[in-house]
Amino acid sequence: MTTTSLAPTTVVLGRSGSSGRALGALTDVWAMTRRNLVHISREPMQLSDVTLQPVLFTALFVYIFGGAIPIPGGGSYKDYLLAGILALNLVTSTMGTAVGLSTDLHEGMIDRFRALPMWRSAVLVGRSVADLMTSCLCAVIVALTGLAVGWRTDAGAASVLAGFLIVLFFSYSLAWVAACVGLNSKSPESAASFGFIVLFPLAFVSNAMVPTLHMPGWLQAIANWNPVSAVCAAARHLWGNPNPSAAVQAWPMQHPIEATLVWSVAIVLIAAPLAAHFFQRRITE
Amino acid sequence: MGADLMIEAEGLHKRYGETVALAGVDFSVPAGTILGLLGPNGAGKTTAVRILTTLALPDAGRGAVAGIDVVKHPGEVRRHIGVAAQDATLDPLLTGRQNLVLVGELSDMGRAASRTRAQELLAQFELTDAADRVLKGYSGGMRRRLDLAASLMTRPPVLFLDEPTTGLDPTSRQRVWEAIRELLKDGVTVLLTTQYLEEADALAHRIVVVDHGRVIANGTPTELKEASRSAHLVVTLSRPDPGAVGAVAPLVVGAVHVSEDGRRLSAAVDAASGLATEVVRVLDAAGVLVDNIEVRQPSLDDVFFSLTRGHIEEEEGVGVVDGNQPELEGSHA
Repeated sequence: MTTTSLAPTTVVLGRSGSSGRALGALTDVWAMTRRNLVHISREPMQLSDVTLQPVLFTALFVYIFGGAIPIPGGGSYKDYLLAGILALNLVTSTMGTAVGLSTDLHEGMIDRFRALPMWRSAVLVGRSVADLMTSCLCAVIVALTGLAVGWRTDAGAASVLAGFLIVLFFSYSLAWVAACVGLNSKSPESAASFGFIVLFPLAFVSNAMVPTLHMPGWLQAIANWNPVSAVCAAARHLWGNPNPSAAVQAWPMQHPIEATLVWSVAIVLIAAPLAAHFFQRRITE
Repeated sequence: MGADLMIEAEGLHKRYGETVALAGVDFSVPAGTILGLLGPNGAGKTTAVRILTTLALPDAGRGAVAGIDVVKHPGEVRRHIGVAAQDATLDPLLTGRQNLVLVGELSDMGRAASRTRAQELLAQFELTDAADRVLKGYSGGMRRRLDLAASLMTRPPVLFLDEPTTGLDPTSRQRVWEAIRELLKDGVTVLLTTQYLEEADALAHRIVVVDHGRVIANGTPTELKEASRSAHLVVTLSRPDPGAVGAVAPLVVGAVHVSEDGRRLSAAVDAASGLATEVVRVLDAAGVLVDNIEVRQPSLDDVFFSLTRGHIEEEEGVGVVDGNQPELEGSHA
């Protein structure tokens, strides 16, 4: 072994003051975010749920179901569908947050993080930021796929962008719920089952894929109050796409943007502190 | 800051559910020295390290690093320590270099300084060629060296190494030892846990032996070796012979134990050259037929027994040396 100097003891690192701490926390979050992005680059198939899945779902629904689903009030199914496809993909992709966090906690690496002078919650926040980035990628792919199969919007650029942002914001809030699940699951595998048990029904019992008008009455009530329906309706409204839910009397369908924001903010306010609590509990020994 | 003690443990207690991991452990490590925390699996070594590195909270007792209380000021403690834990605590999907830089950045070293320091450590641990390979492709020895490098990123004054060589081949072990000796030159204080008396002997200034969550011995390597000098004699007779015990008795320390079938004699002996020849001679003179003679150096277990004043109780089956059992330097079954 070569003998580079290991000049010792005197360098003790420190940040001073609260601004230093805040900056340190940001650095930690960014370092953890990059770590998660490197993981994705090593195993790109991890990303299939935000890259291949949107393309597949769009093609399936447009070409297989498309012709059979009439839109009340008229309009093309392609134009109706895109908001639903975006919501479906983003909602189900939050499963990745649950699985990722559960994996983080099961690896020995968490012990090294815990013994470093870092902001511990950066593990949590770094994960959510990386997942938000992949969600943005997903939104771009959905938009491109949509344009390729003939989705069109005549709304202004700002309004279109707002449509994407509002769906992203909702899925970000939902990722905190997924984080709570991941932090409480015994293994990454059990965290994954969250997707099938909760997220798929959540995404499908809504107006995402089909208008709610032909659902049985009780299901219609659930679907109209499902936050995913508000999210889809908000995006359709902002994109100027067919939005038959506007005819539904339920409050979230009459005010989809407000409803989506209320849902998203409420979910973040409850789930994020809860996730921080579960995380703290999980790493206390 | 207490005198020159860089690591202090006072009456540490910890239980996990029904299992008592630590039942009152005391030790301290003066600045610039290595303490070897020696004990078998499950003795409580790792638990003690976890408490002192702020990963676990003690149920009772006090721990301090560089004079800072580990329970009251864990954040401060983390600025003074480097930890190489027993389990792989590096990211298998990152490269060696990325792992080191990540640790540096999370320790507020800044990106540029982290990169420089990583480069330096990679060279020092002869990992430069593998620096940009993903960790999955590293051998066990390379991972341990990288783990050690990661714990040195911030040049911490206090280092915790939890079984740094367990599972390594002799060459890799030697290299890790050299690296640890290098650190000492720079005045770093080290707490090293190990299952190998040989390792503690080679590296540590003082050794604390723990078993079942208690300290059972504390001394310099020389003191401990003195205490465990006695070896072990096991003689297998061709058939039970009443004259055998009397013949062997003058050569052993304490009583000669006879197995139930009367064919196996065992006793503690002072290791001396020519001992086996002597045993053969006296047994032959007594007309005893012998199938096998074994003079066994003390195992770690034997050391524990002798350290706790208990003499070695031979029981049926003890003559078989467990291949997994760590043994003393130069021991041959």
